[in-house]
Amino acid sequence: MEPIIKIEHLNKEFKLKDANVYALQDVTLDINRGDIYGIIGMSGAGKSTLVRCLNLLERPTSGSVIVNGQELQKLSDKELRAARKDIGMIFQHFNLLMQRSVIDNVCFPMELDGVKKTEARSRAMEYLKIVGLEEKANAYPAQLSGGQKQRVAIARVLASDPKILLCDEATSALDPQTTKSILQLIREINREYGITVVIITHEMSVVQEICTHVAIIDHGRLAEHGSVAQIFQTPQTKEAKKLIYQGYEKVTEMKGRHCVRITFSENSSFEPVIGNMVLAYKTPVNILYANTRDIGGVANGEMVLQLPDDRDMADRMISYLKNAKLSVEELKNYVG
Amino acid sequence: MWDKTVIMMIVTGIGETLYMTLGSTLFGYILGLPLGVLLTVTDEDGIRPNRAVYKALDFVTNILRSIPFLILLILVIPLTRIIVGKTYGPTATIVPLTIAAAPFIGRMVESSLKEVDRGVIEAAQSMGASTWQMITKVLLTEARTSLIVNATIAVGTILGYSAMAGTVGGGGLGDIAIQYGYYRYEAGIMIVTVILLILLVQIMQGIGMVISKKIDHRRIK
Repeated sequence: MEPIIKIEHLNKEFKLKDANVYALQDVTLDINRGDIYGIIGMSGAGKSTLVRCLNLLERPTSGSVIVNGQELQKLSDKELRAARKDIGMIFQHFNLLMQRSVIDNVCFPMELDGVKKTEARSRAMEYLKIVGLEEKANAYPAQLSGGQKQRVAIARVLASDPKILLCDEATSALDPQTTKSILQLIREINREYGITVVIITHEMSVVQEICTHVAIIDHGRLAEHGSVAQIFQTPQTKEAKKLIYQGYEKVTEMKGRHCVRITFSENSSFEPVIGNMVLAYKTPVNILYANTRDIGGVANGEMVLQLPDDRDMADRMISYLKNAKLSVEELKNYVG
Repeated sequence: MWDKTVIMMIVTGIGETLYMTLGSTLFGYILGLPLGVLLTVTDEDGIRPNRAVYKALDFVTNILRSIPFLILLILVIPLTRIIVGKTYGPTATIVPLTIAAAPFIGRMVESSLKEVDRGVIEAAQSMGASTWQMITKVLLTEARTSLIVNATIAVGTILGYSAMAGTVGGGGLGDIAIQYGYYRYEAGIMIVTVILLILLVQIMQGIGMVISKKIDHRRIK
C-alpha cells in the first residue's frame, strides 16, 4: 500500500545573520494510512520543523513531501490550500479564534469552504458531541480549560474532514490526566474515522500511550524509526536509548563486572525467569534497574542485571536468559 | 455677550467640528484601513510578503506622517480646491484632515493587526484559508478590540487637528476659539469652546471604550 505521507531526503536550513542552522538533514520517512506515528526528540531537535513541513507551514530547503500522492512543493497556491484541507493540525497552544464562540470556531473551516450557515452549525454540533463539549457551544475559548480548548481544536479539525491529523506538541501544555484524555480522544478519532495521526512530542509517555510507530529525531537527523514495540524493546542507536531509558544511566554507574539488559514482552513476563535462574545456579544476581511499561496494550518489561564476577558463570546465565527467549544485551561499557 | 447669535454660533461650531472629525475619520479609514492591511500582509513576516509593495507604502506613509499638520493644511490647498471647489470651511478642511489621518490610521491598523497571535494565523493557514479570508475572517475580526480602541484615539487626534484648521478658516469650534479668544480677547467664549472640545473627546473616548469592551471575548466577564 502506498504510504499516505512520504518524506524524501528532506532538508531545512534556516539562514541566520551569522550562521546557518540545519534544522533537518536528509530525513526520509514513510507514514502509512491509519498509523499513529510519533515523532520524538529533545527540544530543538527539529521535530516541530518536520511536522510543519508536512503542510508547508514551513517550506523545506530541499527534498520532497508527498501527501496523498501529491508533491506539496509542486502545487500552486490554490492547490496547496485545497491539499491543506485534508491535513488537519492541532497545536500546543490550541490557537483558537478568541473572538469567536466555540461553535463558530468549529464552523470556521466550513465557512472557509462556503458551507451554508445552518448546515455548518448542525454539523458543528455533531463534532462537538464527538469531543464531548456540546454544552459549551456558545461559550468563548477564554472561558474554557486547556483540555477543553484542545477538544474544540480537535472538533474544528474534524469539521474539515481531514485524512491526516498533525499534532504539534498538542498535549505539552496539559496536565497528565488531561493529556491522557486527549490522547484517548485522538485514538478514537484514528480508529473511528481512519485518520492517520502524526504526533510530535518530547514525552516518551505520549508515544507509549498511543503510538503504533515512532521516529526519533536528533539534531535534525532521523536517528531511528519503526514500530513502537520494536524500538522500545531493542533500541539500536544511542539517541533512542537515551530517550527510552531516561534516568537509567545513573543506575548503571554502580560498578558491576558484567551487566546485561534484558527485555521481556507479554508472553514471558509472568514466568519468574530471574528467580528460577538464581535457584538453578545457586548464585545471586543484582537487579540494578527494573521497569514495566504498557506499550500499545502489551506489557513490556526491562531489567538491568549485575551478574557474578565469575565470567564462566556469567556466560552461563546469559545463555540461560537467551534460552528463556528474552532479549539480552550485554552492557560492555560497564564491564569493569 | 451670551446672546442668541453667540449660542447659535457655538451650536453650529459643535456641528461643524463633529462633521469634520467624523467625516475625515470615515475617509481616513477608507484609505487607512486598506493601507494598514497592506502594510501588515506584505511585511516580511506577513501572510503575503512583498518587499517592493511594503517598502513603497512604508515610505509614503512615513513622508506624510512627517509633515506637520499646519504645513500640510497649506500644502494641499490646490488639491482641496480641485476636490471641493473652495479652500475654506468645514467641507474643505476634510481634505487635509483625511490626508493627515490616513497614514496615521494606517499605522495604527498595522499595529493592531500585528498583535494577532501568530499561532492563530498559522492555524487558519493550516485549514487552507485564502489571503482574503485570512484578512477578513482572522486578522480584522481577531484584532477588532484593538482596532476600535485605536479608532477612538484616531477620532480624538483628528478632532485636535480640526481645531488647528480653525487658524486658516476651517470652521468649527477651533475656528471660534481662535476668532474670539485670540483675535478679540474674549476669553469667555474661548474657554467655553475649549471645554466643549474636551467634552467631545471624552464622550467619543467613552463610547469607543464601551464598544471595544462589549465586543471583546478574550476575557471572562
